[in-house]
This record gives sequence, C-alpha cells and structure tokens, in this order.
Amino acid sequence: MTESSWRMPRWFHQMGSPKWFYGFAGILQPWFAIAALGLLTWGALWGLAFAPADYQQGNSFRIMYVHVPAAILSQSIFLGMAVAGAVGLVWKMKVAFMVARSCIAIGATFTAIALVTGAIWGKPTWGAYWVWDARLTSTLVLFFLYAGIMALNQAISERHIAGKATAILAIVGTINIPIIKYSVEWWNTLHQSSSFTLTAKPSMPAEMYLPLLLTVLGSYCFFALVVLMRTRSQIVQSQSGASWLMQHRDITGA
Amino acid sequence: MIRFMWAIVRRDLLLVARQPAEMINPLVFFLLVIALFPLGVSPEAALLSQTAAGVIWVAAMLATLLSLELLFKLDHDDGSLEQLLLAPYPSWSLVLAKVFVHWLVSGLPLILISPLIATMLFLPSQAVPTLMLSLLIGTPTLSLLGAIGAALVTGVRGGGMLLTLLILPLYVPVIIFGASSVAAAAQGMAIDGYMALLAAMFVFALMITPWAAGSALKL
Amino acid sequence: MYFESLDALLNMAGHGPYVWSCYGLFFALLGLNVWHAKRQQLKALKQVKALVRRNS
Repeated sequence: MTESSWRMPRWFHQMGSPKWFYGFAGILQPWFAIAALGLLTWGALWGLAFAPADYQQGNSFRIMYVHVPAAILSQSIFLGMAVAGAVGLVWKMKVAFMVARSCIAIGATFTAIALVTGAIWGKPTWGAYWVWDARLTSTLVLFFLYAGIMALNQAISERHIAGKATAILAIVGTINIPIIKYSVEWWNTLHQSSSFTLTAKPSMPAEMYLPLLLTVLGSYCFFALVVLMRTRSQIVQSQSGASWLMQHRDITGA
Repeated sequence: MIRFMWAIVRRDLLLVARQPAEMINPLVFFLLVIALFPLGVSPEAALLSQTAAGVIWVAAMLATLLSLELLFKLDHDDGSLEQLLLAPYPSWSLVLAKVFVHWLVSGLPLILISPLIATMLFLPSQAVPTLMLSLLIGTPTLSLLGAIGAALVTGVRGGGMLLTLLILPLYVPVIIFGASSVAAAAQGMAIDGYMALLAAMFVFALMITPWAAGSALKL
Repeated sequence: MYFESLDALLNMAGHGPYVWSCYGLFFALLGLNVWHAKRQQLKALKQVKALVRRNS
C-alpha cells in the first residue's frame, strides 16, 4: 500500500511520533483519571441510592447503570481498535498499532462485565441466569472475537508483525459484527415467543436517565485513561535506547 | 494470471492425491460426528429430525475447520509459499486458487454425502435439496472465511487451536442461516430469503477474503 | 435517598445481592485493569532506568 497522497492535518502525523504522543498523553492522563473516578462514583451512587425504582422490575433495574455502559463500551472499543489498526496499516504508524493493542484487554473486560451483569440481571427479571436472548448471545460472540484477537496478539512474538496481524483481524471482525448481530437477532425472534430487551424503555424520567449518562461518560474516560497508560508503556518499551526517553523526566527523576 | 491460478489448483490437487488421507479425514470426521450425536443424545426419530438441520451444519463446519490449518502450512514449511508470493501475480489470486482446492477436497464431498446423512438423522426428505443447496453456497463461504484465519496463524506455534478461536465468531451467521434454511424447508416453508442471505454472505466473503488473507500471508 | 435506611439500601427488597454483586464486579474489574496498566508502566520505566544506569 502506498503512502496516502492527500495531506492529513499536521496534528495527525504529530500523534504518530512516539515522543510527542508520550508527552501529550502524559498531560491528559491525570485529567482522565479524575474525570473517570468522579463521573463513575457520582453516577453509581446516584443510580444505586437516589434514583427511583422501576415500577416493573423493582430495584434490579439499577444494574442497568453498570450493564449498559459496559455493553456500549464493549462495542465501541472494538470499533476504535479496528480504526487504530487501519490507521496503522495505511499510514504505517507504530503508535497506532500500540493504541490498538492497548484496547484489547479493556475491551474484553467490558464485554465480560456486560455478559455477567446481563446474566445476573436476568435472574430476577426472567427467572434464569442465562437466556439465549439476542443481545446476550451477540455479546458472547463479541467476547470470542476479543479472545481471538488477544490470543493472536500473544502468539506472534515479533511486535510489528503482531500489530499488523491484529489490525487485519480487528478490521475483519468489525465488518462482521453488524452481520453477526443481525443474524443473532433474527435467529432469536424466530425462536423466542416474547421479545425481551435488557435496556430500560427510552422514555425514562430524568432522575433515572441522568445517572446512566454519568456512568457511560465515566466509562469512556476510564477507557481513555487505560489506553493512554498502556500506549505510553509500549512506547517506553519500544524506545528504550532513544535519547529523548533516556533524558526524560520520568527516567531521571528530575 | 488464470494460468497461474490453474497451475496452483492442479499442483495442490496432485499433492492431495498423493496423500488421500488428507481428503478422507474430514469426511470420516463428519460422519463420526453425525453418528455420535444420536449415540450421545437419543435415537428417537422425533428428536433427531428436529435437530438434524443444526447438527449437520455444525458437523460440516467442524469438518471444514479440521482441514483448514493445512491450507497454507505445508507450503509455508517448505518455503514454497514465499516463492509463490514473490510471483508477479496478486496474492489474492493465490488465495483464491488454494481456497478452491480446499473446498473441492473438504466441502464438495460433504455436499455429495449429505443425502445419506439426512436419512441417518431422519431429516424430512423434502428438506434434502435445500440441505444440499445451503451447503453448496455455505461451505465455500466457510472455506473463504477460514482462509483468513489460516493465513493469520501461518508460522505461529499452536496455530490449530488459535485458528478455531479466530474463525468461529465469523462462522456464526453462516451457521444460523444455513441451519435455519434447512429447518424451514423441513417444515415446508419458503427458503428464498435464507438462500439470498447465504448467497450474499458468500459474495461478501469472496470480496474480503482474498484481500485479508493475502495481506496476512505477506506478514 | 430513595431508601429509608442503610439496611434497605443493602437489601433492596430482595434484589440486593444481584445489584451489589454487579456493581462490585464492575468496579473490581476496572480497578484490576488500571492496577495492571500502572504496573506495566512502572515495569517499563524500571527497565529503561536500568539501561541508563548501565550506560552511565
């Protein structure tokens, strides 16, 4: 693949420089940490103790405040990972591959959380821990996709090749996700007599809806925090001999 | 380029002919899984005929998976894969040729033997044409998607298990619609929608596989 | 607060174990992630520091 002929803005290529990224990410890191902690705590407390109970589901609906962010993040992280991989492949940016790699663990975590909280929520709502409902089943398949990418990344020892292989798999997986979702939903309606949805009805009063907004935003901030941290670690590992790093504040302690 | 692809097809078929085990194994595996299912569950005709569509499709998928690892491995091990990639032809043509051979060797026998399997699992005979048609469109799709995984794990230790893990999520839609089409036919319902979707998935796999597998092979 | 007492908050009319286990899992796994990321960061920095010491 040849280098792109139309020009990308300067900041785009700047981000590809490990030294620049390390510095910029380092500045952002503490802010995302504070934002994540604040938003998540506030949202969780509000959802747990202050929001009114759902008249149909009772108090178990409060699980929504952690289940929904996890589900949303599990999918958007996969997409982000594929985009980062694509950027790495097209513009041959090593930093992009590092960002993609940083997404794997946290994405799989959110998927697992979505699965388990979905199952636990199912017990008081439907009477069973697991049902082959469309959303849970699609999330299960998504988890397998993450597991595959994680395994592939660890199996290839050469970092640069691992980055490219993971990017290809992530892109193929992303293209397949809508197809998988569609087929599982279709299969589900074929076999289920009633249709269950795990998310609460959209016409929720504000006191119910706002904590959700907080936990979703907080989760995104947390994701950003972890990705920045992990990408910076990879930069340090891959640039160990570089002079800019060896003279950096974090190393010399100055 | 067609001559190049044809040369690869002939060469791979010749290699398979020298080791017929490679061709027999997936078939025997397929039959074994089908035979084990009633043994493990129940020989009751009513139960078997209900699940036959899904069981046959899952067994076909497993049989395809079994032979996928070898798709590129043998050529990679003796270095000929690198040489082939250096040829002045796009890598996707190499991928297509090899996938075609793989399907001939693993998918086609399954299709041909499926009426026999249908009888063993008490699938209503009116569903058999649909079964064969769905396998005809579906098994090439499975071979294509599997090639992406096989290309990614070429040269990686323990590739077989990893390959399975990588591809199974991609197989989910094909299994769902393949099995559902046969189940619908067994109940006498229309299958046009299913076939259209299966065909669409095949075309889609045909479009992305050669690119993805070709790029992966060059890594 | 929606609940009359701390006890009611923990119990949630019988749904308590479900809700609390979910929140616990959520924060536990996220905490694990950030802890692991931090550990990775410290390990990487330590390696470079050792390299600097060896070269100086």
